Amino acid sequence: MSELSNDTMLLETPFHSRIKELCGLNDWGNWSGYTTPNAYFDVELEYFALRSTTGVFDLSPMNKYRITGPDVEPYLNRLVTRDVSKIGINRVGYAIWCDDAGQLLDDGTLFRLSKNDYRLCAYRRATDWLQWCALGFDVNIVDETDEIAGLAVQGPTSCSTLTAMGLTDLEHLKPFGMKNYDFEGESLMVSRTGFTGDLGYEVWIAPEKAELLWDRLFAAGKQFLIKPIGSYALDIARIETGFLQAGVDFVSAEEVIRPGRSRSPFELGLAWLVDFNKPLFNGRKALLAERENGSRYRFALLDIDGNKPADHSFILKGGKQVGTVTSAVWCPTAKSNLAFAQFEMPHGAVGEKFVAEIYYQRELHWTRLLAPCTVIDRPVFNPARRRKTPAIAF
Amino acid sequence: MKKYDAIVIGAGHNGLTNASYLAKAGLSVAVLERNAYIGGATVSRELHEGWIYSNCSYVCSLLRPEITRDLELPRHGLQVVPYGGSTTFMRNGDYLGSYFDHDRQYREFARHSKRDANAYDRYSADVLKQTRLIRPFLLKTPPDPTSLKLRDLKDLADFAGSFLHMGEEGLADTIRFWTKSVGDYLNEYFETDVIKAHLAGSGIIGTALGVFSPGTAYVLLHHYMGEVDGTVGAWGFARGGMGAVSAALSKSLQTFGGDIICDANVDRIIVKNGKATGVALKNGDEYQAPIVVSNLDPKRTFLDIMEAEDLPAEVVKKATNFKIRGSSGKLNIALDGVPKFNGLDLNSPLMIGDMHFSDSLTRQERAYDDWKDETWSKDPYLDMTMPTMADPTMAPPGKHFMSVFVQYAPPKINGREWTDEDKAGFEKTVLDQIGNYSPNFKDLILHCETRTPREIEAEVGLTEGNIFQGELTFDQLLFNRPFPGYAQYRGPVKGMYMCGSGTHPGGGVMAAPGANAAREILSDLKKPNIIPEGYADD
Amino acid sequence: MTDYDALIIGGGHNGLICAAYLAKAGKKVAVFEAKDTLGGCASTREITPGFEVSGCAQWLHQLSPAIIKDLQLDLHGLKYAARDLPTVALGDNGSHITLDGDLVEGAGISTSDQVAYKHFHGKMLKYANLLRTAYEQRPPKLVESNWADRLTLIKLGLGMKRMGRDDMSDFMRLILINIFDLMKESFDNPLLQGAISLDAVLGTALGPRSPNTVFSYLHRQVGEVYGYKGVSQVAGGMGKIGQVLASSARKEGVDIRISARVNRINLEGSQISGITLEGGEKIFAPLVISNADPVTTFESLLGFDNMETGMARRVSQIRNNSGTAKLHLALKGLPGFTGLTNAQLGHRLLIAPDMNYIERAFNPIKYRQYSNAPALDISVASINDPDLSPPGSHVLSALVQYAPYAPEGGWEHHKQIFTDIVIDRISQYAPGIKDQILTSELCTPADLEKDYGMTGGQWHHGELSIDQVLMMRPFPGCSQYASAVDGLYLCGAGAHPGGGVMGLAGKNAATEVIKRGKQS
Repeated sequence: MSELSNDTMLLETPFHSRIKELCGLNDWGNWSGYTTPNAYFDVELEYFALRSTTGVFDLSPMNKYRITGPDVEPYLNRLVTRDVSKIGINRVGYAIWCDDAGQLLDDGTLFRLSKNDYRLCAYRRATDWLQWCALGFDVNIVDETDEIAGLAVQGPTSCSTLTAMGLTDLEHLKPFGMKNYDFEGESLMVSRTGFTGDLGYEVWIAPEKAELLWDRLFAAGKQFLIKPIGSYALDIARIETGFLQAGVDFVSAEEVIRPGRSRSPFELGLAWLVDFNKPLFNGRKALLAERENGSRYRFALLDIDGNKPADHSFILKGGKQVGTVTSAVWCPTAKSNLAFAQFEMPHGAVGEKFVAEIYYQRELHWTRLLAPCTVIDRPVFNPARRRKTPAIAF
Repeated sequence: MKKYDAIVIGAGHNGLTNASYLAKAGLSVAVLERNAYIGGATVSRELHEGWIYSNCSYVCSLLRPEITRDLELPRHGLQVVPYGGSTTFMRNGDYLGSYFDHDRQYREFARHSKRDANAYDRYSADVLKQTRLIRPFLLKTPPDPTSLKLRDLKDLADFAGSFLHMGEEGLADTIRFWTKSVGDYLNEYFETDVIKAHLAGSGIIGTALGVFSPGTAYVLLHHYMGEVDGTVGAWGFARGGMGAVSAALSKSLQTFGGDIICDANVDRIIVKNGKATGVALKNGDEYQAPIVVSNLDPKRTFLDIMEAEDLPAEVVKKATNFKIRGSSGKLNIALDGVPKFNGLDLNSPLMIGDMHFSDSLTRQERAYDDWKDETWSKDPYLDMTMPTMADPTMAPPGKHFMSVFVQYAPPKINGREWTDEDKAGFEKTVLDQIGNYSPNFKDLILHCETRTPREIEAEVGLTEGNIFQGELTFDQLLFNRPFPGYAQYRGPVKGMYMCGSGTHPGGGVMAAPGANAAREILSDLKKPNIIPEGYADD
Repeated sequence: MTDYDALIIGGGHNGLICAAYLAKAGKKVAVFEAKDTLGGCASTREITPGFEVSGCAQWLHQLSPAIIKDLQLDLHGLKYAARDLPTVALGDNGSHITLDGDLVEGAGISTSDQVAYKHFHGKMLKYANLLRTAYEQRPPKLVESNWADRLTLIKLGLGMKRMGRDDMSDFMRLILINIFDLMKESFDNPLLQGAISLDAVLGTALGPRSPNTVFSYLHRQVGEVYGYKGVSQVAGGMGKIGQVLASSARKEGVDIRISARVNRINLEGSQISGITLEGGEKIFAPLVISNADPVTTFESLLGFDNMETGMARRVSQIRNNSGTAKLHLALKGLPGFTGLTNAQLGHRLLIAPDMNYIERAFNPIKYRQYSNAPALDISVASINDPDLSPPGSHVLSALVQYAPYAPEGGWEHHKQIFTDIVIDRISQYAPGIKDQILTSELCTPADLEKDYGMTGGQWHHGELSIDQVLMMRPFPGCSQYASAVDGLYLCGAGAHPGGGVMGLAGKNAATEVIKRGKQS
């Protein structure tokens, strides 16, 4: 019998003891089989910590795969749609992968640890697909989800916080760069990446040192007003900055049951991640044909009048339904009312105007609101500090 | 001589469903039952004092919710209690559990193989694709592909349309799914023996095929149809035993004014001038009716209770060639307490579910080889449940009822009838199989009823003891069920109909054949259709 | 720069046929064969000096008459040692029965079985004719169908309708069922049931009770539609087919290179650019057509890394199980089969006394074991073709059901035991044969894989079961001879309509290549 217990329901992450202490609301959720906090003390305040000071989010449940071996670069190049050879050592790349039909399976980040050594962080579990992709390649794939604890440390004071913890020279790390530090005899990997669209880092450590890392981080960050944040606050930030999420904004092609419910990268606004000038990759032929013949759907960012979030709204044109909203939020910092929408082609071009059918209730009184909205080309929230190197102090 | 508008032969769940709808439409209806009790294979019987046995069918999963609701079965006392999960015990002392909770399921499968645990999501999606395809046709009369009638053509086009909608590769995958063996199908997804064996069970239950026989992947589907998008509660125990289903149906029938006559052993369907006019009982009584519906299997219907001279020769031939093979047996056991199973906590939800004891496809296939050699499996595949883990009404407090479905058991042993000695040997094989995984099981046995195909046939009237009233192989499905040209519930004689599991969509306490047959009868009578439509896609 | 319009990998019968048709259409074609003989599974070889046998395929009974005519095979030397041979199902103590066309005769056969057989035979021919219609076209796509596919579908639909309502519904019932049930409902005689069942399972890893075996029987019966009223024996052994086809292809201008093993199919970007031979020689062409089986083609020659993952997964899931081994015996003298005349010795002899016998022979291969009492299809080829062996002596070959691809512990531990089992079985019907054996040779599925480059030793290059035929052959997305890799085609038995020295895969592939050439 394996060491995994089958009696425990949800697993605890390596940071659980610390999170439990801070989770004053005692509001918990289930992320990928782990008990994770929805909110610690106040969703709004947690969100503003992310935008004004530093927010810390436990990333440990993220699926992590270590991929090594002589064929790893060609292997990854066939797996994902972007050119992996362009990701340098100690660099990170955002990547998506498709099936043969050019339909999106998932997205994730690819960390290049050395020449033939990568770590893939994926939102969905991917062992089965990664193994199928290994047919014909000399690679070794290890699921190291349980072996690496991770924290996202995000916000304007994140660099200061981590520097105060002793991570010297961190301010020179460029976006999507990565650096290793010694932490109490263990390697601490720091990458300038994140899910919030702001200055921020992700830190990765062996589970045994997880609690110590948390303690040091919060001690160092105290003066920089560090706060733990839960998944509700993070979700606001990710929509505000325009990041898609599997299972919310698209359904992985492998999980689709009803014909036609999968989406291609083009249909999700991810064409910039598809590189036809690189060697063969999964979905290439189908995507070439799609580029030739046109897509069925279009992904669009909507700026919606008023302040009522357009969750699950139908998007209308001349009274006819032409799209649906997949994610929506009132952006507290950008002060805009943003939504991600799926349009049937040819609708949804930048600048096009529609009406969002929004339902909201106040004291059990439901209101149907027909809010005018416009397709915009990028999210309003996009601070310069996100890219600035050396990173700013506050 | 009594007169009715319609007579239904056999008070099984399909006969009762059929009669309920006919009565609801205003017909005077009588259901004639050979036994002293109703239910056919859907019964609860007190065979040991204080214990209620679901001694034939034992799981309520496929019963169409549309019918349950339409005939108000919950109001008539039917309550279905969901399974907690499903377990396969392994020879090495470990086990594999299957839970409704997705994460728990993943973690349990991952204990055996992370890759398989991950592949299970893809597998589930792919099987559900197939289920979605077939489900809308359960409460429909199958179209006749050789017919040029407008209705058949339209239904065929609908049927084909949903296939074409899947795309070229999707369609090819569908055909592959329908024609391949469950073993081959699972090999395409999984690497772990016990996971494959656990999932393969549904592909062989009730059929005289092995896990490597082509066509068994479809049987898997047949058992998955109850479980729509993984809805909890789709698999369950009828509270009070399976008899609760027939009891609720009979109450429904009586509400509509129908009669149920027990101890009425039908000798033959009376045919005059090519029309059914009634039935004659073995005791000489006769009942007149212009409509006679048979809930019996096709062999019994056409070869036993109808005269060959009343039938076209081809029907007699087709009935003779109809495949209805005894492949299973059943043990019903009264227990003095809860048996302890290796490695399983008594509070685990798995205790409220089905349990199995074959941990590899090879063991399952070898069990089938025994059947082909005309003997019972020496290492049988068991589908075992203890309804009393969730239902307090079937045994005294602290005591339990165990239902053990056994695969395989042949209709004959080496060409001869089962003897009492064979039966004892069969019983011992099964008890030993369970005993191997539960140290205190045998000590808890207070009473055991053992049913070989011989007993199932003699008592329930299922030919060879086949639980589906006919093999679920593709040549006997849809427009081929029970045989080509007669798949629309009408018999070869005017006024004579079929409503048993031998007709589309087959067995498994679904009640769809009974309802579908009623729709055709009402249509022939030019009465409005009152049979509910299947629920739309969810 | 290209050397040819198209390169064909493998000089099996389908490869040569495809090459000949392409050359006739004006293409510049070259064929590359790894061995020093042509014909692939249609091979003649010497097992011991002076004794020649048909190494793999044993009888000719399906080769399309259109191909014989188009390629003028008669002119190129195709001769029969015997045609339309009856089949003798061997019974105990010489009580055999003989199947000859629609007649069945012999010990203990009842009149009702004789009548039933005639009826059965006619019905099967009707159904096989429907298959033939499908076989002579590329498999139609159903969803993305173009006019050619729709035409095939209409032809098939009309063919069905023309059979009449009863036959049509019976066809739909039979196509997926097992031969066991069909035999039970058709006949009483166990030898007759056994003989037909054996035809339904030869070359498969299925038993008579396995569903879909009626289909594989019908596949075989397509030969009868083509006018083979039984099996035929090619003069000089099956290898002669290769020579004849090669001669025809050369005349059309095809370059054929023997002892030229292809190591690699080359790509330039995503487009086929040619092949590399063992030794490193590269040959350039925009089209490569593979007569090798799909697994060899895609996995070994192209490489899984050169296709998308879904396709690699499909290839890896092709089922290539075969339960067929082949036995060759060189015999000192004429073997004496109890109850057979000398002329009958030259017929097709079956050891398949009843269906349960075959089913029991089948069970072991599911567990990587071999039959203790196998079923056999025997040819004493030297009776009809004395040139195959020295005067007075004989050669006997037999297809043996069932032997696994890889028995537990490896064939080296089992081969002799299994050979003895097979010879024992033959000697029950031919007492004294053991004393006549000069040499014996058993080719297991693993040997057949090695000798003929067929993955799994599967002579159809992929099991011919319903889930691997038509638009599922060799796998969905690769069914019309063209693969997802631009410029790479299949023309072997692994493509529609499968194997059996029929030649249609090669012919259809050529048609498809020519048609696509015109479109582009």
